Amino acid sequence: MVDGRILKDRAAGGVMRILTITAVLVVVVMAAGLVIKSMPLLESRPLGGLLFSSEWKPLRGEFGFLPFLAGTLWVTAIAIILALPVSLLTAIYLTEYAKPRVRKYVFPMLDILAGLPSVIYGVWGVLLIVPFTGYTLLAGGIVLGVMILPLLVSLLVEIFSTVPDALSEASTSLGATRWQGIKRVVLRKTFPGIVASVVLAVSRALGETIAVLMVCGNLPRVPQSLTDAGYPLPALIANNYGEMLSLPLYEAALMFAALILFTVILLFNVTSRVILYRVEKKFAL
Amino acid sequence: MKFLEEKIVKALMYLSTALVAAWVVSILWTILSKGWGSMSWEMVSQLPGGGFYIGKEGGFLNAIVGSLYIVGASAVLGLLVSVPVVFYLNVYLRRSSKLGYAARLACDVLFGIPSIVYGAFGFALMVALGMRASLGGGIVVVTLLIIPIFIRSMDEAARGFPREILDTAYSLGATRLQTIGVVLRQIAPGIATATLLSIGRAIGDAAGVMFTAGYTDSIPTSLSQPAATLPLAVFFQLSSPIAEVQNRAYAAAAVLTLIVLVLSVGGRLIMNRFSKNKLQ
Amino acid sequence: MTRTFRPDNKFPRSADTTQMKIEGLDVHIGASAILKNVNLVIPDKQITCVIGPSGCGKSTLLRSMNRLIDSTEGARIEGRILIGDEDIVHSGEHITELRRRIGLVSQKPSPLPMSIFENVAYGCQIHGIRNRRKLRLVVRHYLEAVGLWDEVAERLHTPASRLSIGQQQRLCLARSLAVEPQFILADEATSALDPIASRNVEELFVRLKNDYSIIMVTHTLRQARRIADHVVFMYLGEVVEAGPAVQVFDDPQHELTKKYLSGAFS
Repeated sequence: MVDGRILKDRAAGGVMRILTITAVLVVVVMAAGLVIKSMPLLESRPLGGLLFSSEWKPLRGEFGFLPFLAGTLWVTAIAIILALPVSLLTAIYLTEYAKPRVRKYVFPMLDILAGLPSVIYGVWGVLLIVPFTGYTLLAGGIVLGVMILPLLVSLLVEIFSTVPDALSEASTSLGATRWQGIKRVVLRKTFPGIVASVVLAVSRALGETIAVLMVCGNLPRVPQSLTDAGYPLPALIANNYGEMLSLPLYEAALMFAALILFTVILLFNVTSRVILYRVEKKFAL
Repeated sequence: MKFLEEKIVKALMYLSTALVAAWVVSILWTILSKGWGSMSWEMVSQLPGGGFYIGKEGGFLNAIVGSLYIVGASAVLGLLVSVPVVFYLNVYLRRSSKLGYAARLACDVLFGIPSIVYGAFGFALMVALGMRASLGGGIVVVTLLIIPIFIRSMDEAARGFPREILDTAYSLGATRLQTIGVVLRQIAPGIATATLLSIGRAIGDAAGVMFTAGYTDSIPTSLSQPAATLPLAVFFQLSSPIAEVQNRAYAAAAVLTLIVLVLSVGGRLIMNRFSKNKLQ
Repeated sequence: MTRTFRPDNKFPRSADTTQMKIEGLDVHIGASAILKNVNLVIPDKQITCVIGPSGCGKSTLLRSMNRLIDSTEGARIEGRILIGDEDIVHSGEHITELRRRIGLVSQKPSPLPMSIFENVAYGCQIHGIRNRRKLRLVVRHYLEAVGLWDEVAERLHTPASRLSIGQQQRLCLARSLAVEPQFILADEATSALDPIASRNVEELFVRLKNDYSIIMVTHTLRQARRIADHVVFMYLGEVVEAGPAVQVFDDPQHELTKKYLSGAFS
């Protein structure tokens, strides 16, 4: 005897299960779609040539991604170098030193920073950074650094606050200063979490499009210095996709660019999330 | 010696935090003051005259309406998909469930995938289906973009859900499905915050709608017509050489910033009102 | 209060089967055995108190009786728990119907996040009663049954969480009664209450036993002495001794029971 309520319960369970599985499958479908669409390029060119050639002349059928890979790496590196120390110090200050009153003001600020659209950062960069740096990698890196800062701070704050106070207090009670306690205990214990957060922030930086596109100059050359213009991968896609469908290989090339981003970011994300889950679990209760 | 180190580090910390605050102020001040100067009633009440890129007349009503359409529709669609998933994860599945772990990981990962990839993938899919850049396409891609945010932030709220409430409902003979009313009531503030967060992300996203929704001077009257959006109104019009058009971009940037600010403050208020036991 | 009130004949009661029989009940959580071969008969329309030191499996026994143990991670349950000819352990999804017949009052009052009225009406709504007039009758009747009506009649539609703890506990009891159960499981139902509220609830249970079989886990021996008709003493997941209260308290058969009653351990 099965009554209607139980049938409904089961049916709804089935539907919700399918929805949940679909959410997992989106990742797979996306990967498959990107691979299929970049196939024409991958079949006709060796992978090494695509990644390490700096010749980008789509009309002549030459697709070397090095300028874009280099541009992406440069801006991301600058962003992390600028953002990491500030984020670490801010996060430590907020979790270990700051009074609740200070936190009450700083957390909403971080919220605002995190919530501002990419294009707004772009405008800010154009108005305030570009006049000093020109449209260069440096401008891109600075804007990107400010953009990933709130993410980095909130991840770090979350990690630091999982460490029981007793741990660092044990150290201070032995005569160490607060900072020594933090250095020896908190930073050491949470090191995997810090690395994971940085990786996560890096992957966020890798994919940022509009803001970087607006301040970076976008020249398809391998940059030689900070003050050269650069052309990161996402900017390449945004600038050209949708208009170049008449050239099948060009479309495949842009899809390949998306595939590179997707793959790298997927790997970074999966590893760092798994590490973060473990860190959270380790200190839970 | 160690006290000197403590002092230096502390000073650096103050400096860093001050720097963060300075950035916030600098960005808001730059955008709002620049936008305020170009703001007028025409800006928010008229369509661009003579083309958005070269026409000197009119405003960016097309982008405001387009963004509202896309954000509104995708917030509703996103809720429809993610509420059941969150309910399933937390009521039907056990904590140790493999599917639950996979789904949470997938959402975290999808959250990290840049919107330009969503946009490129979505557009490729649309081309394969014979669709052109349109309001409908934009809605679908933005929905995909915000579902992970919806799911993860509601899931976070559901995590703190007291199990006794479920037990109580069960002990009265409720099926798992029948507990949905109680669960939704209990995590309502979480759902509201998640919605504001998702709307904030959706309204600011440019790369996802760039190819999929396209851009236009007019207000779309059907799902198959292209739609303008606020972030793209900023992006495209800023690159115009004409000062009047650039002013439209600045005004649009200010409007966008104000919307995001309101959403962020609103989210804070909801959180503070309903989660008194949480510290932050 | 009398049993005759039936705002609706939705839940006809078979008058005779309010006896519960537990046969060879084993419960494991993960690798550890929480209940070991429990055999019990819960007598009809009496108060059965389950006593024993903490961690002896009292709560698990209670949670097995309505199979809420299902929601415990890694729990496995074997054996039989019979009401009439229905076996709770092997009832599968039918348990949602059986749970209606087994009310639960937990240690900490657990009002649902809704108004006082909705809390009491919730169970009826789950079981398909939608008629507002009927629901109003039910709510009033059971609030009266737990002596809460006069205190809350003016604010039925305010959140239940605003009541005092003692009121909340009586509300939870009214909520359980509203689906017309045959059994009431009470897990240290008075331990979170102040002495006066606690006495109130105790007296309520004594009145209710005319109509319900009440199974009560309690930590306070004095409470068991005051209200129990039947006593089950458990230790380390096993039933050491069970029988009429008079016999167990005044003439315990088992050495462990004697020690426990004399306060040698708790």
